[in-house]
Amino acid sequence: MSAATNARMTRLPGTRSNPAGTTLRYVALIVGVFVMVTPFIYMVSASFQSQAYVLTIPPQLIPVPGTTANYAQAIGTENFLLYFANSLIVAVISTACSVLLSSMMAFAFARFSFPAKEAIFRVVLIGLTIPAVMLLIPQFILAKNLHLLDSLGGLIFFYIAGNLSLNTFLMRSFFASIPGELDSAMQVDGANAWTRYWRLALPLARPALAVATIFTFLNSWDEYPIALTMINNPDNATLPLAIANFQGEHATQWGLVFAASLIAVIPVLVVFIVFQRYFVQGLTSGAVKG
Amino acid sequence: MALTTTTGRAAETSSVARPGRTRITRGGRRRRLSATPYLFLLPGVVVFVVAIIWPAISAFRMSLYHWNVFNAQLSQWSGMDNYIAAFRDPHFWLSLENSGIYMVATVIPQMIIGLAIALLLKRKSPTAPLFRVLFYLPVVTSWVVVTLLFKFLFDDSGLVNFTLHDFLHLMNSDVSWLANRWTALVVICLLGIWKGVGWSMMIYLAALQGVPETLEEAAQLDGANRWQRFRAVTIPALSPATTFISVMLVIGGLNVFTSVQLLTGGGPIGQTDVVLTYMYLQAFNFTDFGYASALAVILAVLVFVLAVLQLRIMRNRDGDELA
Repeated sequence: MSAATNARMTRLPGTRSNPAGTTLRYVALIVGVFVMVTPFIYMVSASFQSQAYVLTIPPQLIPVPGTTANYAQAIGTENFLLYFANSLIVAVISTACSVLLSSMMAFAFARFSFPAKEAIFRVVLIGLTIPAVMLLIPQFILAKNLHLLDSLGGLIFFYIAGNLSLNTFLMRSFFASIPGELDSAMQVDGANAWTRYWRLALPLARPALAVATIFTFLNSWDEYPIALTMINNPDNATLPLAIANFQGEHATQWGLVFAASLIAVIPVLVVFIVFQRYFVQGLTSGAVKG
Repeated sequence: MALTTTTGRAAETSSVARPGRTRITRGGRRRRLSATPYLFLLPGVVVFVVAIIWPAISAFRMSLYHWNVFNAQLSQWSGMDNYIAAFRDPHFWLSLENSGIYMVATVIPQMIIGLAIALLLKRKSPTAPLFRVLFYLPVVTSWVVVTLLFKFLFDDSGLVNFTLHDFLHLMNSDVSWLANRWTALVVICLLGIWKGVGWSMMIYLAALQGVPETLEEAAQLDGANRWQRFRAVTIPALSPATTFISVMLVIGGLNVFTSVQLLTGGGPIGQTDVVLTYMYLQAFNFTDFGYASALAVILAVLVFVLAVLQLRIMRNRDGDELA
């Protein structure tokens, strides 16, 4: 398709790929995309099908007759707007707090030398290797003792903590790559550490912040095991929990399950698409450059 | 650790930053042992210690008790009993085997396919961002949703059976994928790969931006063919990313929980239990917190050892680069 464009874009004469190679590349990519996307298309299609037509043989990819009844029921009678609001509250607050706290830690690790720096950094990194599910039991007990059980606040607390390690790790190397001269210049002008962090480091680290924001938002929006153990009252359920419970109770109402699921997928898509232009850039300058 | 690589760089940068600081603080040696960095660390560290480190320690402590769920004070010290029980528990070994199978069967394909897609998408083209988003779609979708989606696809009268049986006639009859240990594990592993490929693609894509083009051009002028250039330039340059991805994926692989819990619930009769679903069963169905904690600790130790081992191996292989 765009073989000509591609050939024109290559830099060296020798690297010009032949049209056959480009075609092959696109064939491979399209096969890959087909595998990735087909399940989603099937899901969207099922969500617009009335129960009687779901799982018929042969499967209908374009629902005839189509219906929006599943969406109406998910939003209307099944309370999914409430779960949506719960998820949104939890994910937004967790993301904001976790990114703030970990960027502060990252700033300290990247811009200061102080006793015990290495030791503290290592402890924070251990958080990457501790299986989140391993902590379910003690966290459950802790939440009970702190009266955080069965509340959104409890979820927020653990979601903030659970994302600190990776965020700190990603942002620290980004901060470290900001030229020290800028720091010194601001310092000479009398800027204190907080100003340098807030006015200099954070704005320059926007790509890393974007990555941390995406990861944390996704993790908090999608988290299931902690919500499963901590939340009992259906009014406090987040979307993953509500969807899983719903499928458990109405095993075969797939159209409804997927209508609810798609409602849950939209915000992460929005967050991802808004921030995605920073994404590769943020990762590049972060952990993986080594 | 790969993690120390970056630490080394930080030390460098802060020493770059230091001249400015020393000028201001020239009185006494290191007069400026200021509280500032600690103040920056404090809120995060407090949350981290309370919500992660302390629970990790108490998981270990609980594993040494016959834990009394209703009154913790009445818990009885049991030393290594829970661990001994675990090593004698055939179901624990089965669940460990399943976790191991899942890890091996998902990590390698995710890395290879992820790298392949990244290489295909490396070159700038108007369609690349669209492909990138599409491959990343499963990553941003919650485990709960994709798991239910796979349950639907692999339903007895689902799309997969239809395709394989009625459409392609590759099978004589429909397969009850989730009713048998091995076919269920196939579904669980396929789900893991499908969901994770976009993630390693993204990390590799980012890392590929850091491969110096001049190096590749030089190799090309020296007459290296595409495969030689890939082996001699690209692979070594990607090595930090490879380390990061493999460590994260191994950790994630052994931590598989949600997909198994929702796809099979460990069934049929516990045959597809992985360590964490078995732990969850022991903890929240049988309320044996002590035993469940021992299972969690064993898994955590295993994860930790594997992570350190990988980092060691990679460091030795890459010699000075990661030293």
